[in-house]
Amino acid sequence: MQFTLNGKRVRVDAHPMARLLDVLRESCGLTGTKEGCGEGECGACTVLIDRVPVNACLVPFAQVAKSHVTTIEGLRGRHPLQRAFAELGGAQCGICTPGMILAAVVLGPRPSTNAIKTGLAGNICRCTGYSAIYRSVQRAGAHARVRR
Amino acid sequence: MLGSVADRQLFEPRTLRDALRMLDQEGPLVPMAGCTDLYVSLNFGTLTGTRFLNLWGLDELRSIAVADGLLSIGALCTYTDIMRSRAVRVRLPMLAAAAREVGGPQVQNRGTLGGNVANASPAGDTLPVLAAADAVIVAASSAGTRRIPFVEFYTGYRQTLLAANELIVAVEIPRIRGRQWFRKVGTRAAQAISKVVMAAIDDSGGDPPRIAVGSVGPTVLRVPSTEAALAAGAGIEEAQRTLLEEIAPIDDVRSTAEYRRRVAVNLLATFWKSRR
Repeated sequence: MQFTLNGKRVRVDAHPMARLLDVLRESCGLTGTKEGCGEGECGACTVLIDRVPVNACLVPFAQVAKSHVTTIEGLRGRHPLQRAFAELGGAQCGICTPGMILAAVVLGPRPSTNAIKTGLAGNICRCTGYSAIYRSVQRAGAHARVRR
Repeated sequence: MLGSVADRQLFEPRTLRDALRMLDQEGPLVPMAGCTDLYVSLNFGTLTGTRFLNLWGLDELRSIAVADGLLSIGALCTYTDIMRSRAVRVRLPMLAAAAREVGGPQVQNRGTLGGNVANASPAGDTLPVLAAADAVIVAASSAGTRRIPFVEFYTGYRQTLLAANELIVAVEIPRIRGRQWFRKVGTRAAQAISKVVMAAIDDSGGDPPRIAVGSVGPTVLRVPSTEAALAAGAGIEEAQRTLLEEIAPIDDVRSTAEYRRRVAVNLLATFWKSRR
């Protein structure tokens, strides 16, 4: 099946009902997307489909046909959010971080604190207590942009 | 993941007509749309079906329209679509409020109104809204389309009137005059399934109030005796006693029957006292 992964057209052979999460990690070798709960509660596996955050554990592979999928690898380690999370302690153990960043990337420049809290409501972090994450998103907000 | 997909078969219709034909010729098939409930069961190995029908690509089921006073919401509209729709925010603000409290953004971006209805959980967040609003379910099969009043749609716990060869294609909501009210009580604002969820509409121009409650019985419940008591001028304590006779909450993993009874009567009072 064909789709666009981090800006590149790819053809991947996987079961149409496989979880997008497993296809990304196992068939595409992109292990930046993490599995947390496997039931859409924690947001650790958040990726973007056509710039919209989704839980990759709840998306059948068949449903990304012809779509643009963006994983944390698509930000190439150079996104302002990635730098801000590293510098301000927004990442500790790191499991929630890829999902947090991808949920934050769509909030646009200079999101309000309320917009950040609502936008990240589907992402759970057990280390930071969230304040450092909100600060990281605020710091990076001015430069946030995403490649498809 | 506990469940395997290797032995599962997926049918991929391009149009609604295709989908209905597949249901007839290849059925029974399990319809799937946003998968925010279905894939939870798949992950936990509790999903029993082996043959599935992928509805996600059927864009014809994604429109929101108003015609002759009737608001029509396509079955594949996501909670995000609903929150963003001006027609919904103006005509059915309690549905936009319910959509905002479903899961988090990732679930709101995939979960669909049709899926919430078809999944038939007594805790479905949009269901009290549809019950209070006297919504109508539009069901299609290759033989044609029929309309089912939402309050008759559920026949028991997770049981609906939908036939195996039918799909929910839209939900229709008649014009509402009274003020709309919605409240969900759960462990936290996001990512929580409700302990009790209530939607209500004020009495208006001679119409009685309309009240529906979720998570307090095997299906979402309209509470006609409570509505009638309030319409007849009963005090709130009397209406609360009537409500307790109409609901049947249970102890489960999310809450206790006692807590749910308490919250339900409190919500009723909050709604009734907030009338203008």
